[in-house]
Amino acid sequence: MEKRVLFRSGWLPWVLIAPQMAIILVFFFWPASQAIWQSMQMEDAFGTSTEFVGLDNFKTLFEDPAYIDSFKVTALFSVLVAGFGIALSLVLAVFADRILRGGLFYKTFLIIPYAVAPAIAGVLWVFMFSPSIGIVAYALNKWGVAWNHVLNSDQALALIVVAAVWKQISYNFLFFLAGLQSIPKALIEAASIDGAGPLRRFLTIQFPLLSPTTFFLLVINVVYAFFDTFAIVHATTEGGPGRDTAILVYKVWHDGFRALDLGGSAAQSVVLMVIVVALTVIQFRYVEKKVQY
Amino acid sequence: MVERRPGLTILSHVVLLLGIALVVFPIYLAFVASTHTRDEILKVPMPITPGTHMLENYTAALLGTETQGAKVVVGRMMWVSFVTAMVIAVGKIAISLLSAFAIVYFRFPFKKLVFWMIFVTLMLPVEVRILPTYKVLADLSMLNTYAGLTVPLIASATATFLFRQFFLSVPDELVEAARMDGAGPMRFFKDILVPLSQTSIAALFVIQFIYGWNQYLWPLLATTTEDMYPIVIGIKRMIATGDAAVDWNIVMATAILALVPPAIVVVLMQRWFVKGLVDTEK
Repeated sequence: MEKRVLFRSGWLPWVLIAPQMAIILVFFFWPASQAIWQSMQMEDAFGTSTEFVGLDNFKTLFEDPAYIDSFKVTALFSVLVAGFGIALSLVLAVFADRILRGGLFYKTFLIIPYAVAPAIAGVLWVFMFSPSIGIVAYALNKWGVAWNHVLNSDQALALIVVAAVWKQISYNFLFFLAGLQSIPKALIEAASIDGAGPLRRFLTIQFPLLSPTTFFLLVINVVYAFFDTFAIVHATTEGGPGRDTAILVYKVWHDGFRALDLGGSAAQSVVLMVIVVALTVIQFRYVEKKVQY
Repeated sequence: MVERRPGLTILSHVVLLLGIALVVFPIYLAFVASTHTRDEILKVPMPITPGTHMLENYTAALLGTETQGAKVVVGRMMWVSFVTAMVIAVGKIAISLLSAFAIVYFRFPFKKLVFWMIFVTLMLPVEVRILPTYKVLADLSMLNTYAGLTVPLIASATATFLFRQFFLSVPDELVEAARMDGAGPMRFFKDILVPLSQTSIAALFVIQFIYGWNQYLWPLLATTTEDMYPIVIGIKRMIATGDAAVDWNIVMATAILALVPPAIVVVLMQRWFVKGLVDTEK
């Protein structure tokens, strides 16, 4: 889209975009190209010489069972986070859409997790589930569930899923609520006159009309689970037990900054870039076709 | 609402109250823990009603405690977080306003290319290119500086796109009128466009302030000295020692201190925040 009326100046637009361009060139394009270049380099054990190895790092990466495991964990993690996060917020949004009084009160509380840093969310949940002092762990033990996420990988995964879902509820809720409120009241009224009860109206009218929102949130939640949950993992399980909750972003950081495997870490970065680009393309294809109601 | 169903209305409130309970419980529990002594929390199960040591715990957290060898001063960390969040929010808004203005109101060579270069940055969050970005920062000797903490995060395509979207919706007649009256581009920008964008600016401010305050991975890399840790990093370091040795009362006081400022911003600016969030993603 273009404006009909434009200002004319040879130098002014360049001055205006200069700050942004400078920052993205230095902190974005330069490092991204470095990542791609480094992913094809191999450093010797002493870091004294590097050698061009082509796609070897990627080959090593995909032959490494640890990396494949990390992929599997990330996939499972993002499915769980997106699934539970979306389901829970949808239920809350549907009920919030129904009520006439107190909407602002509920909304105010439900948006608070958005403000909480992922790392802080992790700390709050780890405190509740701490095997030795956590109050929820204590209650679970009382009910016969031996809780110890430090030793049990399934429980460790459950813990990061819960913390990640909790943090994302606000976002999903606000989008579902906005989506529900933009559905024309006439449709609901018509269905109601035809004798459809609330459940039926939800299943046949509201939910199908929400599908663009749901799909959008699905993509956003997967992106969130893939990339924004480093802090949660780092603050709670640190990828453990073993490496059972080492999701991809955690592994990039760990291999790069702890294990100092530069080529491998860069190759992982490149793989991640490909994933983000794919997800963004999916998201934009959807935006193009977005239904307006 | 299309019909009266008291039962369903009651159910709605019950479900929403349960939702709130789920959302608030972890924060409430942190608050409770921040008002007890360490020994009281270590007793299993810990108390679930507030205790009487609130003041001393918060004072200890803010001014620093010597108990675990490493002295962690939360007051300083909050200041670092605040400066970081403010610089990121204001900086992003400023550079995005300018670049969106250039993209919408000027015609210049390679405009399409510039547009796409900015667009591509949307796709690659810092998480996927941490090591090389860190190297750039180290080469520019910007580690442990406010510039290092903020500048790499300032370039935001999101904000640029939001402003672009908004500028495109501003009627052309305004530009024509301004030009007729002899106003140059910068005058138009300053006196007409920026005042018109106030709502978008407020919305973005909330979102970016929280984004800046809650940064974790980047400060983890860009800072190595205690006096430059933002609060979110500091708290993680306080629990790194394992369950028994952790001063949970101080940690939880710190957690509350870390989440209150962004929570206040979100709650007070709720209207703009919600609008901004839903608009940015369109």
